[in-house]
Amino acid sequence: MASETKKAGQTLSGERKIKNTLTIIFAVIAVVYVLPIFLVLLNSFKTNTFVKTATFSLPDESSFVGWDNYIKGMTFGNYPFLKSVLFSLIITLVSTALILLCTSMAAWYIARVDSMFCRVCYYLFVFSMIVPFQMVMFTLSKTADSLKLNTPWTIPIVYLGFGAGLAVFMFTGFVKSLPLEIEEAAAIDGCNPFQTYFKVIFPMLRPTMISVGILEIMWIWNDYLLPYLVLDRTEYMTIPIHIQYLQGSYGAVDLGAIMALITISIIPIIVFYLTCQKYIIKGVAAGAVKG
Amino acid sequence: MKKRLKNDGTAVNSALLRKPIQRWFPLFLLPTLAAFVIGFIYPFIQGIWLSFCKFTTTSDAEFTGLSNYFKAFKDATFVHAFWYTALYAIVSLLIINVLAFLIAYVLTQGIKGSNLFRTVFFMPNLIGGIVLGYIWSMIFDGILSRYGTSILLETKYGFWGLIILMCWQQIGYMMIIYIAGLQAVPEDLIEAAKIDGATKWQTLINVTIPNVMPSITICTFLTLTNGFKLFDQNLALTGGQPFSFMADGTIVKTTEMLALNIYNTFYGQSSSARGVAQAKAVLFFILVAAISLAQLRVTKEKEVQQ
Repeated sequence: MASETKKAGQTLSGERKIKNTLTIIFAVIAVVYVLPIFLVLLNSFKTNTFVKTATFSLPDESSFVGWDNYIKGMTFGNYPFLKSVLFSLIITLVSTALILLCTSMAAWYIARVDSMFCRVCYYLFVFSMIVPFQMVMFTLSKTADSLKLNTPWTIPIVYLGFGAGLAVFMFTGFVKSLPLEIEEAAAIDGCNPFQTYFKVIFPMLRPTMISVGILEIMWIWNDYLLPYLVLDRTEYMTIPIHIQYLQGSYGAVDLGAIMALITISIIPIIVFYLTCQKYIIKGVAAGAVKG
Repeated sequence: MKKRLKNDGTAVNSALLRKPIQRWFPLFLLPTLAAFVIGFIYPFIQGIWLSFCKFTTTSDAEFTGLSNYFKAFKDATFVHAFWYTALYAIVSLLIINVLAFLIAYVLTQGIKGSNLFRTVFFMPNLIGGIVLGYIWSMIFDGILSRYGTSILLETKYGFWGLIILMCWQQIGYMMIIYIAGLQAVPEDLIEAAKIDGATKWQTLINVTIPNVMPSITICTFLTLTNGFKLFDQNLALTGGQPFSFMADGTIVKTTEMLALNIYNTFYGQSSSARGVAQAKAVLFFILVAAISLAQLRVTKEKEVQQ
């Protein structure tokens, strides 16, 4: 008996040793993992030639340029970068809000009315989830153009249309799990469907709202091709379009300044991630499992 | 009707709810439906129709039957892009899933700092493809320039560069799904295996892995479709370079993947190739849809077995 407990103690300390080693190994991997982001920050303070020749060294007297790259990058390519940031923000926030409101209402209607027509709509929404963007890219951009959906204020309609599939799918799944008795009680108490939805259903949808909202924000904020093809590019750019435009068409562009712009565009993402981390990870897991 | 009554609660909808809601159709369903028609249904149907036409813009379409499809199959750049994409998708699928599973497994063993590591590994997921591409092209060129070369000069650099980039981005995502799967494995099963004298390795192979099969299915198909649909990272990292010149004058962009190939055919130099581009897009859609249907089947079969 005594020897057995001793043995158990030994394996326990052995296990602890393995665990500590694993922690150290993972700490090293984690450092390597954040290294690319650190390198971007580092190189945003170097002159162009040093970004290319001394990518991995710390800025020294000859390569350090202070905030020059940030100041230069702001007006690169004759388009103010902050304007792109602003349009990215507008498009992401308005589109996400519109998708959350409209698709949750549509999902409730589909789940509760449950007619033949609703079921056809539902299957079409689900079907749209598996269609790659390239399939509709040309025709969608022409359609959007002819309907004047090519501004940051109208492009949310395009996002609502093309992105409705996943949102409707996730909301419908959740609505179907809600007990009907609550809504029946509301109806008996004299609520019309409008009141029932906004006073009773809407608050209950919160967890799914957060999941869907995070998935949409991540998609729209980083989306390149859809806004590139739909927006009137002479007037409106988003961050990904702006960065691709500078790198792609300017060839010998100042890499230091590009790194400064990338730094500016990553900071809001990291802040968003660190503050909403719990929801983001949960939302992503929910979206993946269902999608 | 009776069968559905068992399946979900919606069948017991009382007239109390259904009829009044139906009257609110213009407010509840119409906005989403209208946007859906503009943003998906109409472009989708028009896209299929245009794949059988010769056109430069949507209004001058002229029916030409299947000729666009024949041209697409004969296009050396498209065939090359297909095999290159397939190779990429399979290699990335294996590497990403093995590494993501390993990390998830270790992080669920209760080591110190698990939460911090999870946060760090997931972070690259939030950075967009274009930005990711330029971050890594700087890093790769920083290394390769010491040897007098560049990621744009060799196909194999472009290929492995993209694999490394995508590992960095996607391992964290798959890790989250695997962690969720691993945490759902019942404790007592693992306890029981331990009591029966199974080693850690035996427990992993015979108890843990069979129990996380749903997660493995999800991640496998997710990496596969992500691989086939990859566009932004491909465009930003190499943009298809280096080019190789064929004997008949066609230029094959050696690191160009399917989505980028379709894009380049649409918006390349000759707008007369748009019909072919749309035909390629339809073929691409069929390929991606087939993968999704395969996933559905695998998942259904699993459910039946359980």
